[in-house]
Amino acid sequence: MTDKNMQDKPFKKSPFSMQMDLSKFELASDSEKAQQDVMRESTTFFRDGIRRLSKNYLAMGSLIVLALIVLLITIAPVFVPYGYEEVIRVDGKRDRSLINLKPFTWSEKEQEAIDQGEKLFPHIMGTDDLGRDYFIRVLYGTRVSLIVGLFASLIVLIIGLLYGSISGYLGGKVDLFMMRIVDMIYSLPDMLIVILLAVVLEDALKERIAGTILAKVGVNMITLFIVFGLLYWVSMARLVRGQILSIKENEFVLAAKASGASTGRIIKKHILPNCISVIFISTALQVPSAIFTESYLSFVQLGVKVPMPSLGSLANAARNGLQSFPFKLVFPSVMIGLIVLSFNLLGDGLRDSFDPKLRK
Amino acid sequence: MLRYFLKRLGLALVTVGLIMTITFWAMNAVPGGPFEREKAPEPRVKAVLEARYGLDKPIGQQFVMYVGNVLRGDFGISLKTGREITTTILTGFKTSAKLGAMAIVVAVFFGLIFGMTAALFRNRFPDRLIIFLTTFFVSVPSFVLATLLLLVFSITLGWIPVWSATDRHMLLPVIALALYPMSYITRLTKSNLLDILGQDYIRTARAKGVAGWLIVVKHALRNALIPVITYLGPLTAYILTGSLVVETVFTLGGLGREFITAILQRDYPLIMGTTIFLSVIMIGMTLLSDLIYKIVDPRITFS
Amino acid sequence: MNMQGLHEKKEGVILSVRNLSTSFFTGSGEVKAVNGVSFDLEAGKVLGIVGESGSGKSVTAYSILQILTHPGRIVGGQVLYKGVDLAKFSQRQMREIRGEQISIIFQDPMTSLNPTYTVGNQIGEAIRLHTSRRGSEVRDRIVELLTLVGINEPQKRADQYPHELSGGMRQRIMIAMAIACEPDILIADEPTTALDVTIQAQILELIQKLQDELGLAVIMITHDLGIIADMCDDIIVMYAGSIAERGSADDIFYNPHHEYTKGLLHSIPTMEKTDDMLIPIAGSPVDMLAMPAGCPFAPRCPSAMKVCMTDMPEELEIGDGHFASCWMNVKDMVMAEAGEQHE
Repeated sequence: MTDKNMQDKPFKKSPFSMQMDLSKFELASDSEKAQQDVMRESTTFFRDGIRRLSKNYLAMGSLIVLALIVLLITIAPVFVPYGYEEVIRVDGKRDRSLINLKPFTWSEKEQEAIDQGEKLFPHIMGTDDLGRDYFIRVLYGTRVSLIVGLFASLIVLIIGLLYGSISGYLGGKVDLFMMRIVDMIYSLPDMLIVILLAVVLEDALKERIAGTILAKVGVNMITLFIVFGLLYWVSMARLVRGQILSIKENEFVLAAKASGASTGRIIKKHILPNCISVIFISTALQVPSAIFTESYLSFVQLGVKVPMPSLGSLANAARNGLQSFPFKLVFPSVMIGLIVLSFNLLGDGLRDSFDPKLRK
Repeated sequence: MLRYFLKRLGLALVTVGLIMTITFWAMNAVPGGPFEREKAPEPRVKAVLEARYGLDKPIGQQFVMYVGNVLRGDFGISLKTGREITTTILTGFKTSAKLGAMAIVVAVFFGLIFGMTAALFRNRFPDRLIIFLTTFFVSVPSFVLATLLLLVFSITLGWIPVWSATDRHMLLPVIALALYPMSYITRLTKSNLLDILGQDYIRTARAKGVAGWLIVVKHALRNALIPVITYLGPLTAYILTGSLVVETVFTLGGLGREFITAILQRDYPLIMGTTIFLSVIMIGMTLLSDLIYKIVDPRITFS
Repeated sequence: MNMQGLHEKKEGVILSVRNLSTSFFTGSGEVKAVNGVSFDLEAGKVLGIVGESGSGKSVTAYSILQILTHPGRIVGGQVLYKGVDLAKFSQRQMREIRGEQISIIFQDPMTSLNPTYTVGNQIGEAIRLHTSRRGSEVRDRIVELLTLVGINEPQKRADQYPHELSGGMRQRIMIAMAIACEPDILIADEPTTALDVTIQAQILELIQKLQDELGLAVIMITHDLGIIADMCDDIIVMYAGSIAERGSADDIFYNPHHEYTKGLLHSIPTMEKTDDMLIPIAGSPVDMLAMPAGCPFAPRCPSAMKVCMTDMPEELEIGDGHFASCWMNVKDMVMAEAGEQHE
């Protein structure tokens, strides 16, 4: 439809209408119509989300970075011949010049050994003030921080999910009471309580777990998980409850109820799939928060038990001799930054791709 | 309005009570009690302790005494130094409060400005730069950030002196503390502003012929501020706990350093006192921000 | 501009839209929300734009005022207001037009008013922007306007917040704000859709009254042919961003020449019609991201022909000022000519 046809050149007098092929005016068949009705290929919610996510370069990059880090911390310890708590000895003897080596340098004794034709594994990140290989310590620190982050998020997820769905589903007075408790815990200054509990539980638990496998993990880690289980689930519980309340009123739940489905079945089959994306995103974003908390506790020396390293405790230890050995701060800091950044970007990407509210 | 205020106040008081209970319980959970350490305190100190805390009395009575003391502002005496904890806290808090207040102002001010800039230049260079930087800043723990700042600006570049006893520079500590909440406020402001700029009443304002900047200032900013106000409570909490470590890194003799030292030395009365003191401030700020929120938003105030 | 001037009998085309195209550049591709739309609005007349959601009627209105939201923008055509092309205006220049020469009211009066300011404040903003009135003059004008749009206790209402008023009253506030500076043109974008049926009639009546008294030209946008039957002089039927048919109200109602218009007319419930005569239009609107090659209505059209699938029909003048873009009209003509030749 163009302007000139409309005004200056009425179609009536157009000679080209004479040349039209009359067969074109035959009625179109239904299949022709259907063919014409081009719709975008219909996709499922999940597939569409994945498609969006794969287009989000930052999120995909983060995923790759995280995958590489996980690969590194699982595989590299096999190749590095040093232990995270092992004070390196050359020919069974301690070497004073082995402490605080810069990256890719050797101690005097090591140099001698190499000159004699021995093959030694390089200190990729140098050594620490006790003469331990820093690279392997950073790797183990990353392991600890990641495991703490994932495990704590898992605890938060499980408790929050159970509490929130029960509260949201039951509703009424029970919901009111359960949410009052959540409000109360929510208004507690979490970090202070974490520190307080960490101080107390460390002393209280130390003797009780002595000799068990838990002792190896360290009291502080158990404390950390207890604290997460006690305090940090409330946001998740609120989120889950909110999701359930908003979906509960939907007609498809009513339909399920009318057809005689049990409560558990309604939660599992109808409610959870609808809020799963929001919950998943929130869990992904919980990981960096847990890593932060762990590093904070490590800073006030309530973190993992020595000689087990965590990224937080490594960064904290690096504050001594910062002037001479700044790299000891840089390596764990970069690692924390990389992990947290990746989780944040991935979480953002997941939210953009999967949150029903943000999709159009 | 008054009813709402009383309700919030009630919740705040319950929370404070809860914290006192937790601290009291926590200290009693320590094997051998909080006052029996490897090295027994001096007899003089011990006598004072027993009088203050009624250690010979049953636990319920101890709790009542403890609460009574706290309500009078008496947190007892330090196990290690024997000084009045209330004095220690108040002295230390002067530095912490100054640092914290500056950090809050910086975080809110720059957070709002950057947030507005990012929203107005959506998907263009300033937005991308701001979002990149803020994403970076929320990915580094405050003490690491503090140490890195120290490393770069004081040690490597030598711009700002470190560890001078007389002239304590607040610049780096304030930056170290403010970056994380500033980034958070930036992102919060941006997303709120974008949300609000998509509202129908913004379209109405445009249709009226209101200029672009005036739309932001008059019609959007006010509404975008509301979530920032609700963030003031958590912000205070973050700044206060953050200052604990930042003060230590920069060796500013604030409450934070006292607290960390108390933790390392297991000086329980000081830990308890500081925890309660800081909690009350945080809860007070949350209460305050809730009230401001109600005042700013007429939809809630008048209905 | 004073009231005197407005009451003068104005004539002729005041707004002429020529080949207007507006697109939204989304992540999934370009959406041609308005695709080559042309029409004229005469001073003091009421023009109805009808179409289902997504047909581009609101986007046309927003394009005229350049209040499109990101990522939409005008990609071609002219918006001639008193002979001047508004499409070439900068945002700064447009501010002098908006609210002063051309005003608009929206569908949902609840969300269209800022919840944090009193309604008086919001009306006053428009007055202060475009007139030299200040202080108590503004206040007087607000009260005058509120009275004009039929709000009782105007003094009290002016100091209330939008959430304290009913839906109908809010829409009256919106109208008061729109006519505050005596514009030439009022665009009403589905002004009654969000309101109760009883209120709908009152609002339409008010718009008609004001149009009469102030000599406004009105563009009435709606998805409901029924409610504007009595008030419009001319009607445009839009489908998928293009004009399907345009003409006088009588042309559209009694002599429709586009299958979509016919479909719309069949789907209006009236007192006379019995249930079985109410025929809905089959299918659903086209996906604007994947527009078919031919007539966008073809997949839903009961009389679609082969040519409809492959070529877009051009606009054909049916009668004086009555245009339709439908291959059926071409077919009829060709058949008639062919018949003539046979004889």
